[in-house]
Amino acid sequence: MLTLVKDTLTSQVVTLWRVFAHLWVKADTVEYPDVQPYMFPRWRGRIILSRDPDGEERCVACNLCAVACPVDCIALQKTEDEEGRWYPEFFRINFSRCIMCGFCEEACPTNAIQLTPDFEMAEYVRQDMVWEKEDLLIDGTGKYHDYNFYRVAGKKIGGKDKGEAQNEAVPVNVRSLLP
Amino acid sequence: MAKIVIDGVTYEVNPNNNLLQECLSQGLDLPYFCWHPCMGSVGACRQCAVKQYRDEDDKDGMLVMACMTPASDGTIISIEDEGAKSFRSEVIESLMISHPHDCPVCEEGGECHLQDMTQMSGHNYRRYDKKKVTHRNQYLGPFISHEMNRCIACYRCVRYYDNYAGGTDLSVQASHHHVYFGRHEEGTLESEFSGNLVEVCPTGVFTDKVFSEHYSRKWDLQTAPSVCVGCSVGCNTAPGERYGSLRRIVNRYNSEVNGYFLCDRGRFGFDFVNSEERLLEPIQRKQGKAELLTAAQIEVSIQQFSSAETIGIGSPRASNESNFALRCLVGDDNFYAGCSDAEYESLGVILALAADAAFHSPSVREIEQADAVLILGEDVTNIAPRIALALRQSVRNKAKELADENRIPQWQDAAVRELAQHERSPLSILSPAVSRLDDVASERIIDSLPNLIAFGHQIANKISDSAATAVSASSEHDDTLALIAQQLLRAKRPLIIAGNSNGGELIKAAANIAKALQEKNDDAGIDLCLLVPEVNSLGMGMLVDPANKLGAALARLQDGDAKRLIVLENDLYRRATATEVDAALEKAEQILVLDQLPTRTTAKADIVLPATAFSEHEATYINYEGRAQLSFQVNKCQKMAKPSWRWLNAAEHIDDLVQRCCNEAKGFTKLSEVLPADNQFVAGMKVPRQSHRYSGRTAMIANINVHEPKQMVDDESIMSFSMEGVPSQKDSTILASSWAPKWNSNQSISKFQDEVNGELKQGHTGILMFEKSTSVGAYFEPPVNSLTAAEKQLHLAFGFQIFGSDELSARCKPIQARMTDAYVGISPEDAQSRNLVQGDTVTISGTDSNVTVCIRTGIKTGTALLYCGEGSLNPAEFSEFIEIEKCEKQSASLGMRNLILSDLQDEDKSS
Repeated sequence: MLTLVKDTLTSQVVTLWRVFAHLWVKADTVEYPDVQPYMFPRWRGRIILSRDPDGEERCVACNLCAVACPVDCIALQKTEDEEGRWYPEFFRINFSRCIMCGFCEEACPTNAIQLTPDFEMAEYVRQDMVWEKEDLLIDGTGKYHDYNFYRVAGKKIGGKDKGEAQNEAVPVNVRSLLP
Repeated sequence: MAKIVIDGVTYEVNPNNNLLQECLSQGLDLPYFCWHPCMGSVGACRQCAVKQYRDEDDKDGMLVMACMTPASDGTIISIEDEGAKSFRSEVIESLMISHPHDCPVCEEGGECHLQDMTQMSGHNYRRYDKKKVTHRNQYLGPFISHEMNRCIACYRCVRYYDNYAGGTDLSVQASHHHVYFGRHEEGTLESEFSGNLVEVCPTGVFTDKVFSEHYSRKWDLQTAPSVCVGCSVGCNTAPGERYGSLRRIVNRYNSEVNGYFLCDRGRFGFDFVNSEERLLEPIQRKQGKAELLTAAQIEVSIQQFSSAETIGIGSPRASNESNFALRCLVGDDNFYAGCSDAEYESLGVILALAADAAFHSPSVREIEQADAVLILGEDVTNIAPRIALALRQSVRNKAKELADENRIPQWQDAAVRELAQHERSPLSILSPAVSRLDDVASERIIDSLPNLIAFGHQIANKISDSAATAVSASSEHDDTLALIAQQLLRAKRPLIIAGNSNGGELIKAAANIAKALQEKNDDAGIDLCLLVPEVNSLGMGMLVDPANKLGAALARLQDGDAKRLIVLENDLYRRATATEVDAALEKAEQILVLDQLPTRTTAKADIVLPATAFSEHEATYINYEGRAQLSFQVNKCQKMAKPSWRWLNAAEHIDDLVQRCCNEAKGFTKLSEVLPADNQFVAGMKVPRQSHRYSGRTAMIANINVHEPKQMVDDESIMSFSMEGVPSQKDSTILASSWAPKWNSNQSISKFQDEVNGELKQGHTGILMFEKSTSVGAYFEPPVNSLTAAEKQLHLAFGFQIFGSDELSARCKPIQARMTDAYVGISPEDAQSRNLVQGDTVTISGTDSNVTVCIRTGIKTGTALLYCGEGSLNPAEFSEFIEIEKCEKQSASLGMRNLILSDLQDEDKSS
């Protein structure tokens, strides 16, 4: 009986002490927005379209992000310049539907579409959450600095002829009889 | 039937086929490249390797190519064997050594047979670290793009283009790993069937240039089963739509009609649907001002038109439903044919012959089976192109016969060709000018039309004495005619082809030949293929009373007997002379025209109602053989356009309209069988037009409004404008675009066929409308030739062009790039006597038309072949003879720019 009373009292006192002791512990929460949290580079936030190291649009309008998107919030249309380079005529993301899953980034064969650590995307008007290519396209390479799809792919574009991509031999002369 | 064992499971198979074909027929997955269901095997790619075992005790087995091994009884094979699997994965690894890593920017991506097969074989990383072979591309014309780097050297393109389609300007060049598939020099691919390269090529070497200009992936296209409206063959197509515009047309398999292939007119001639010229608003013209009509106003005006004083003119390019709705509105007596009187007369002959027990109207597949063909006066390549491709296969029946004699299986493509060399089944062409089928013709007679008619009757007489003969101007061809008669008599399945492009007399002569053959063979019915010019010529012909010719309608209007006129999707200025039409339209108090694009007739109309194009409504059409086919709506009606039948008949459901047509119209009793039955579908769910991976639904129109509207409901049809419903891969009754797990390309079609090249499972091939009478009609009498050409006069024959002779496709940009202006073809002798050189401009006397002269050795002296161009000349204006005179003022027209140059050059060389 005495033991029971003693244990109960001790427990009460210890609990009170621990609660009071927290008054001197450093707080885990931060004073957002006065204090900005550290966001990890691979955080899946606002989606951007990046440029390749030469400063050209990386997106080739292959539609893979759109088809990978589980909420179907990406729509785009392919077009082509005079020299055969593909790019999107329009590229639209409806962020009011986006679930930041990052499948689009995984699907992208050119590292064009990337998720960034920015999460501050709230709007008062839902219509403002529809972003077009002008809003999405940044001037840099984003997280991946070196990759340039057209330097690898064999398609001829302005400034890169057949045979000039990575690992390519000069174009064959079909009239030649040499082995 | 033979029994074979595949991976321990016994299957019953056809021993005449090869193992690959049978594996696919049984629904098994076996990768392949060079084999094509229509072109047989050559064993070039080594991709379909399987292990074959001598007997049950044999545990080692040996690798064989499934496409080169017969499925003979007792064969034991394994697809899943580790040795076979690793062999296949090594083969694809070697094929991919120089593949350019450009799938994201390749139009084939997502429906690429190479992607599918690479996945299936298990290759995924390039280990080879040496340089990739690269190639320069060629410009191949307005239809096809070329990207040689993607080639895996399966040889399908040249086998299709040269061997199957008879092209001469695509070849394989260079050797070893430098092998190159292209033209000897850059330039437009000449074959009328070049578009099929896009579907034949297993990867992205040949891609659709027209599609690429507004490209979408296959999974993003809203697709429905449709029927091509380019000519009377009625090929089955699968048009695809995205963001409100029609993007492309691909082939839709129908074992009886088009099989795996389309012509270029059908594939690339759809752009008029997206045209900026489209009529999209109902308007009324009052004192030269156009006013927009409200729905109520339209109803009132339609009411006004439903009086006895209204004449309705139907259209061979409008559906059965639209024609029928107009007939109901104006009454049977006031419903008139929408084609020229001469054409309508011969259409009547064709319809009468369709019921005759002596004849059978062959499907395209049956045409391929003919072992002796006679073409009487018809330019098949330019009038019904897909049939020309079938005829090229029919001449190979001799080779197949030889192969059977020598016990070589027919799928051994290279061996069969090698064995046959240039042996072909007889194909005789009697025509007013050279044709694009001449290279496979065994007998060839070029003469004036009256002589051709006489020759036809002479052949009939040579087959059976009971057919009356006719006198022709010359007897120089007697031996050839006797030979043709002999060939037709000897054949197991002879075929006669004629058509109404140059009047009905040739049809009668062709019917006499077929009748004579039937008399001799005492057979069930001789194949008589009678071509008509437009998609629904027969359907309209069946709905209109034989006496109700267009001329009679115009006369009634001119007499004031009728006051109002409704013209259904038709430009009357192409059907009758301008003076007749002008006079009639002048007199008419009120004219209502329904059409898709502005024409000279819509310009004269008081009320213009915008009609939907083929992809925007559900409709049935009847093709040249009397096959009724259902075409579904693919995309939404644009703006305020409605189907013509909807304008004319506001309340009725399409199915009820079809049912009523079926009950009320003579000859249409079977029409309702084309409608899909509701109970075929699981839980009453509709068939989705969009694929299960349709993308961008919540972003497509988010720029206009972020709140997504409800999916459009389609009350009319068994299909829905959404992704929801029973996907078509479970059911091929409504198979728009074929897809099966692991098979994203069009090669997935084998998953839907009951066997390779067979009918689609659960699908139907259309309904044959004509009922045969039991009696056989009498022979036609040869015409009495009263007119002879005066001095300087030339016998007139009309010429046609695949690109340009069809009204709607001629309004498409890609087709326009291949079109030529009106020209008159004459022989070098006639040119010399008139002091004309190639490309001169001439005036046709009696008219104010100037046309270019095209001198061809393949035209009989004394005959003029007149191609009327797209609307520049009106065929109704010309009589049996024309005179031409040199015109000093040279016109700055296209000239002969797009005539096939190699044809002209060949003739130059031979002359």
